[in-house]
Amino acid sequence: MTKSEAPRAPGWTLWLPLALFVLFVGGVAISLMLPKSNDINSQMIGKPLPAFSLRPAADGRPGLATGDFAGGKPRLLNIFASWCVPCGVEAPVLAELQRQGAQIDGIAIRDHKDDLNAFLAKNGNPYQRIGADDVSAVQLAIGSSGVPETFVIDGKGIIRYQHIGDIRPDEVPMMLAKLKEAES
Amino acid sequence: MIARFLLPVALVLAPVAALADDTMPPAPFAYRQLADPAKEAKAKALMETLRCLVCQSQSIADSDAPIAGDMRNQVRLRIDAGEDPEAIRAWLIQRYGDYVSYAPRVTAATWPLFAVPLMLIAVAAAVMRRRFVKRNAA
Repeated sequence: MTKSEAPRAPGWTLWLPLALFVLFVGGVAISLMLPKSNDINSQMIGKPLPAFSLRPAADGRPGLATGDFAGGKPRLLNIFASWCVPCGVEAPVLAELQRQGAQIDGIAIRDHKDDLNAFLAKNGNPYQRIGADDVSAVQLAIGSSGVPETFVIDGKGIIRYQHIGDIRPDEVPMMLAKLKEAES
Repeated sequence: MIARFLLPVALVLAPVAALADDTMPPAPFAYRQLADPAKEAKAKALMETLRCLVCQSQSIADSDAPIAGDMRNQVRLRIDAGEDPEAIRAWLIQRYGDYVSYAPRVTAATWPLFAVPLMLIAVAAAVMRRRFVKRNAA
């Protein structure tokens, strides 16, 4: 029995380990070359806003609650803070969105009233309502992981779109289109 | 003269200033343990397997980021209210996806991670069996 098992000429199986190895290296190389994204997308798109009610975060604007989004028209919900540098950069873009008809509400994360008042006085105030989220509770409930982020909420209070990071000036038409989309 | 020494210091500190953080005090249960040791142990075990959202390779138990503190606060409050740790994990996965959990689940994307080792063990067992059985027969 052992005699008949003389070593056969190695077939294609000899190359199998090398082929697997090359495949593996290729996969790693491709993954290394693709740009890495640290964005964590909210899984709440298409779901209703969680129930919340936040006290006013700044002088001159009411607080914010879930019911404020049931008005029938889509609105932008901007998650921001006075201590967040990109939020200051984003302020003129939000003002432009407001000029073009967007209704904007804000949630201020871990913010002091005085700091926020100063921030709004300096950068302008495009918000109709601003709620204070002192322990990031609403932020966690809607799947937001940083500031600034902007959500499109449709007229029935359903979360329709999430924009991570500050909205750039060239993204204004895109955001207006997302608002328009949320009307249907 | 002093400016020459201060410039490097300023340059080193500059990136810190750019990463501005809030000045709010930490959430009540961000750094405070629950009074009940059993509940605190449950909370701790869960926090060690939840991933911080901004410091992406740390658990929220390890991180001093404000949002990690707010997540610990929420975990402790919910455990204290009697919620099941796995329900809290599910709540977070519903919002952030599998990303937020360090406890892997079997899903359409991850099943090969679990299946391939089992397959390799099966193949190895088959190969070894063939060899040993033959040797014994000879």
